[in-house]
Amino acid sequence: MRAPAYPGSARILDMTECLQWARYHWQRLMGSRNRDDDERPYSYSSLLACGGKSSQTPKLAGKHRVVVPHLRPFKDEYDKFSGTYVNNRIRTTKYTLLNFVPRNLFEQFHRAANLYFLFLAVLNWVPLVEAFQKEITMLPLVVVLTIIAIKDGLEDYRKYKIDKQINNLVTQVYSRKEKKYVDQCWKDVAVGDFIRLSCNEVIPADMVLLFSTDPDGICHIETSGLDGESNLKQRQVVRGYAEQDSEVDPEKFSSKIECESPNNDLNRFRGYLEHSNKERVGLSKENLLLRGCTIRNTEAVAGIVVYAGHETKAMLNNSGPRYKRSKLERRANTDVLWCVLLLVVMCLTGALGHGIWLSRYENIMFFNIPEPDGHVISPVLAGFYMFWTMIILLQVLIPISLYVSIEIVKLGQIYFIQSDVDFYNEKMDSTVQCRALNITEDLGQIQYLFSDKTGTLTENKMVFRRCSVAGFDYCHEENAKRLESYQEAISEDEDSTDTPVDSLSNMVKPRAPSCRSVHNGPLGSKCSNHLAGSCSALGSREGASEVPHSRQAAFSSPIETDVVPDTRLLDKFSQITPQLFTPLDETIPDPLLETLYIMDFFIALAICNTVVVSAPNQPRQKIGLSSLSGMPIKSLEEIKNLFQRLSVRRSSSPSLAGGKEPSPGVPNAFVSRLSLFSRMKLASPVEEETSPGSERPQGSGDSPCPPDMEKQNSDPGLPEGETAPSPGQPSTSTLCYEAESPDEAALVYAARAYQCTLRSRTPEQVVVDFAALGSLTFQLLHILPFDSVRKRMSVVVRHPLSNQVVVYTKGADSVIMELLSVASPDGASLEKQQMIIREKTQKHLDDYARRGLRTLCIAKKVMSDAEYAEWLRNHFLAETSIDHREELLLESAMRLENKLTLLGATGIEDRLQEGVPESIEALQKAGIKIWMLTGDKQETAVNIAYACKLLEAGDKLFILNTQSKDACERLMSTILKELQEKNPASPEPPSPREGLPRLPATQDSRLRAGLVITGKALEFALQESLQRQFLELTACCQAVVCCRATPLQKSEVVKLVRNHLRVMTLAIGDGANDVSMIQVADIGIGISGQEGMQAVMASDFAIAQFKHLGKLLLVHGHWCYTRLSNMILYFFYKNVELP
Amino acid sequence: MAMNYNAKDEVDGGPQCPPGGPAKNRRPDNTAFKQQRLPAWQPILTAGTVLPTFFIIGLIFIPIGIGIFVTSNNIREIEIDYTGTDPSSPCNKCLSPNATPCYCTINFTLEQSFEGNVFMYYGLSNFYQNHRRYVKSRDDSQLNGDSSALLNPSKECEPYRRNEDKPIAPCGAIANSMFNDTLELFLVGNESYPTPIPLKKKGIAWWTDKNVKFRNPSGGESLKERFKGTTKPVNWVKPVYMLDSEPDNNGFINEDFIVWMRTAALPTFRKLYRLIERKSDLHPTLPAGRYYLNITYNYPVHSFDGRKRMILSTISWMGGKNPFLGIAYIAIGSISFLLGVVLLVINHKYRNSSNTADITI
Repeated sequence: MRAPAYPGSARILDMTECLQWARYHWQRLMGSRNRDDDERPYSYSSLLACGGKSSQTPKLAGKHRVVVPHLRPFKDEYDKFSGTYVNNRIRTTKYTLLNFVPRNLFEQFHRAANLYFLFLAVLNWVPLVEAFQKEITMLPLVVVLTIIAIKDGLEDYRKYKIDKQINNLVTQVYSRKEKKYVDQCWKDVAVGDFIRLSCNEVIPADMVLLFSTDPDGICHIETSGLDGESNLKQRQVVRGYAEQDSEVDPEKFSSKIECESPNNDLNRFRGYLEHSNKERVGLSKENLLLRGCTIRNTEAVAGIVVYAGHETKAMLNNSGPRYKRSKLERRANTDVLWCVLLLVVMCLTGALGHGIWLSRYENIMFFNIPEPDGHVISPVLAGFYMFWTMIILLQVLIPISLYVSIEIVKLGQIYFIQSDVDFYNEKMDSTVQCRALNITEDLGQIQYLFSDKTGTLTENKMVFRRCSVAGFDYCHEENAKRLESYQEAISEDEDSTDTPVDSLSNMVKPRAPSCRSVHNGPLGSKCSNHLAGSCSALGSREGASEVPHSRQAAFSSPIETDVVPDTRLLDKFSQITPQLFTPLDETIPDPLLETLYIMDFFIALAICNTVVVSAPNQPRQKIGLSSLSGMPIKSLEEIKNLFQRLSVRRSSSPSLAGGKEPSPGVPNAFVSRLSLFSRMKLASPVEEETSPGSERPQGSGDSPCPPDMEKQNSDPGLPEGETAPSPGQPSTSTLCYEAESPDEAALVYAARAYQCTLRSRTPEQVVVDFAALGSLTFQLLHILPFDSVRKRMSVVVRHPLSNQVVVYTKGADSVIMELLSVASPDGASLEKQQMIIREKTQKHLDDYARRGLRTLCIAKKVMSDAEYAEWLRNHFLAETSIDHREELLLESAMRLENKLTLLGATGIEDRLQEGVPESIEALQKAGIKIWMLTGDKQETAVNIAYACKLLEAGDKLFILNTQSKDACERLMSTILKELQEKNPASPEPPSPREGLPRLPATQDSRLRAGLVITGKALEFALQESLQRQFLELTACCQAVVCCRATPLQKSEVVKLVRNHLRVMTLAIGDGANDVSMIQVADIGIGISGQEGMQAVMASDFAIAQFKHLGKLLLVHGHWCYTRLSNMILYFFYKNVELP
Repeated sequence: MAMNYNAKDEVDGGPQCPPGGPAKNRRPDNTAFKQQRLPAWQPILTAGTVLPTFFIIGLIFIPIGIGIFVTSNNIREIEIDYTGTDPSSPCNKCLSPNATPCYCTINFTLEQSFEGNVFMYYGLSNFYQNHRRYVKSRDDSQLNGDSSALLNPSKECEPYRRNEDKPIAPCGAIANSMFNDTLELFLVGNESYPTPIPLKKKGIAWWTDKNVKFRNPSGGESLKERFKGTTKPVNWVKPVYMLDSEPDNNGFINEDFIVWMRTAALPTFRKLYRLIERKSDLHPTLPAGRYYLNITYNYPVHSFDGRKRMILSTISWMGGKNPFLGIAYIAIGSISFLLGVVLLVINHKYRNSSNTADITI
């Protein structure tokens, strides 16, 4: 191991840092080994060429790796490339039996404390300065070293045992000799091996998916082991393999894979697969199965290993706990350095004094004892010796034990914090998690608190509240009432278990542990209490009991899934008839146009998302496919010409829907599937197959929604009679929607309330049960997923009724409004109408935002096939490029999402978490300044700020919302002036150096002011020249709300305040967009909530709810700080004052 | 680690498709210890507690201090410097190194009689017995009678380890610099001839030193034989086995020697030299009157500006004369009382203006 430039050698390190150091270097070591692997001399050839024009031998840049199948025909190549990659054996231990003693000692002596001990012990061996018995001084050092070595050894042994256990897990690897899959240990898996996995098996190494029993070539994986997100994610078989009806045969596999060298980015995988005929197929993260994930919902998958062992993304992401140095500790460190100085001064004084005193008695042999050889040491030399002797004698002056003691005390404090019962959250079955071990006392020193809004202050349980379609606002009052009475409804509900529905749902529910099932049955009792009869057919109710533990936070709770439709909208909705589509010309009268808008609006709600539909009680059954089997859609087979327009027969009436296909028992009858480009099946053939193991008697042929019938029937616990009441109900379903974000699910549930039920979703098509129209199957042409840059997502579908290519876009209102078509091709009247709709919708949006709702705009665009083909060609180029893919894809998306037609807008309520206002009030009372940084729009943010008592009704609100820097500067100075005039009694706003929070007592007498700043203005305010003014301004305000802030801006704000005001900052957030802010702040707190685990992984402390913050800071922070500071003071007293 | 954890789960948990009910509840125990609810007491300083404390301390400490001070003042002590630096001093003649042995006599008068046991000390000033290398310059195993150490003393004794190829017994700088003046006390009574005061030379060393730490070497009939093969320390006049006539106070267990070997911590020190025991209840041990001190002046201190003193002192229950303790008690008590008064005034004056509601603990 090369000696690294270790920056901390001058500092005094403690135990944790030492461990951290070791871990870091171990990873570095691993990393460097990886790098060595990849630095073999490859030359770069144009990987961007997508036409398969590569030269004979694969030439690669140093950044790429080649994976060759681990099979006989490729033995030479295999040895050349893949054979040199690390295999799947992992070793996370630091030591081996042989190197334990030297390496452990080496590492221990990186601690300054140990070095100091060693130095003293060695010094004592010099006879001239010897002060104590030599052996005795060695004793403490030896004891300390031994104890720590034993601790390290045990820790390492534990790791070794876990490693061994993991290494010896068994998986099915294709064997060359036996020509079949045989069981092998994980550690024997090598890059290039073929692996076959069944449902619920853990993936042993990163592999490219080549086969899935799923007919669509989809594999679901659960990544909770990696990022804690428990929703299922879809992975896709490599293009060209999905269509094979039989399992991929490793013997015939003759392709090579070129991909990036190992890196730790879980969300990126780029490469291509090159067939023997030089044809290339692009690979993306959709094709990669990550080590540590679990296969779900898929019978069996097979793949080829591309990264193994320590090169897998999971292992590369494995970083140890964070290490932060607390302020108190830094202070103690400087004090210790003062002690060192004091020691040196004392020793120098002693040495000098000794020399001078000795020179007075130079010739007196009384107590100036001569050397053995008889001559007297000169006073100068004696003084020099005395210096070192004094260092030994006064060694206690430096409180070396302080560090060990602080460490132990902090462990104790963490123990107490973690065992505080007040932090326990019953629903999550989680308590506070201390991830950083040594900044407990900083909790008590927080001056500025930066909070995210969504999921932190609010529940992030999205509830559909209202919508505006075609310029009409539908306020859903019944829905609002329902939300208010939600709590009591639950209790009522639990009592009324005697109804058949309840017994039904009770039977279904316990069998649905991993996902919350929703049963839209006959109207529940509480529903009828406050609903008009109009909703009786649609009354949806949630299950009687909550799912016992909600590991699956991604699944929606009843409050989100229940939406009571607005009567007005429902009336209009009922006008939708198939006849609407018969005259497909442009002479639609206005009311009809509105109806059309409504229909499009709900279709967009239902399909413009990435929601995965699953049946809760039988996770492995593919709902989508089973329902497809009931479809009479006969698509045309000719797909040879990709861009040729194909027609899909319209299923014009619901009566056509019915089980005509003899589906039961037909095993995987794959119709040959052709796919030329990814997700590009303009018209895929009918897929007639059933999921394995499910029997589906097609009982009620006229029912447009067979799947849930099947569901109930297939459940052996359900008597046949139970299902009888439901045929009249068009949407009796126990479907479960798994969405990436709760908003999406909320919208899908809202659409379902209007009988526009998302039935299934496969990469090729989306099936929607539409009330009057029956099942509609949309050919899913393309999905442009949501990203934070575009702030919108789009789906491109072929509309089954109009047979047009339609783009549905859903996104933040500001973005969508800009993308709306200015000149509509539909003529002047329509254009005018669009303008009116736009204005009205904007008004509604503002209104929604004022009510604290999250707003989304829904828009659509109709494309001609030629336009689409043109766009697709460009998009394909972007998709297959390895480098700059993101930029190209973004551009491509821009080309698609323009000239949109506004359909409507939705308002989703994000409910405040319980206890938030109280906590914020308490924290503000404690003198902590609270800033809210959110990506939401201004009105929503301000609303939430009022709701959570961040701002009070009497507060003067200043809004900084400017478009230019100069205006921003002017505005800031005006506000500042105004504030200073209003508060003449208050001292000058603190200069950045002395930015201490005012005492609450002084604040009371002053005018309370709040500042709202938007992302754009924030950008200016964060610029160098305006920083000071901005900080001065914020110092006058009780609360600051930054809205429309990007994650980067969030972290910049924290950095600015932290560095310029020299204050202790705390950032709290729950989502991936808060990670940067959490990392920048002195203390980062993650809320283990709905949005996955990224924030928690980056945080120092993870709590379950915002309300816990009050106790964490004000009680535990205070205790930790006072106790620790008292201890440190006592230590100095003990060591310095009483040596 | 998350990965490891997951895999481990899989090993012993089997298939996870239905992640059953929450078998293990992570709720922390609600115990007094874990919730930090153990009974504790913390003083909260208020006027009501602080003021009485100050007054009580004052009231207790001042009488104690007075008592100690009075006791200390009742102790009789007289100190006579016989270094002879003053030309008028009788011992001035002994300052020159040639005059050996040198005798001198110093007269002094006791104004008050000394009751009870009287202790006779010799005191040295500016003698750094605490010097680190001086302190170490001895061999405890030799002093404990170890025969091998007797003939082969520890290296610590260097350069007073061997002399003329013979091991020095007792070796080391401490033993070498042993105090060797002889002091005799005479009462000049009304009679024509002075009465010698009986000085007891046994019982001045610690029992453990005399019986445990210091032992003569074993073997041999006479003490001289036991010390055979050794030589006297360089500065000594007589060898160690001729320090006294009594066998149980000779050699290493000579009490003067033992007292000397217990080094002093400060450069000015006194060491117990003799005991003057009370004769009877009727007469004071040392009645008031004129005395003279006969000194055999051997020990040279002039070279390092040292001083030699003879001290006579009685003791009380709290030891020798020590006015400091009493003064300290009185001072602390007074300060505390004074502070109490000041705080009382402050409290009385500002009691109403302060808002106690602010202080919430």
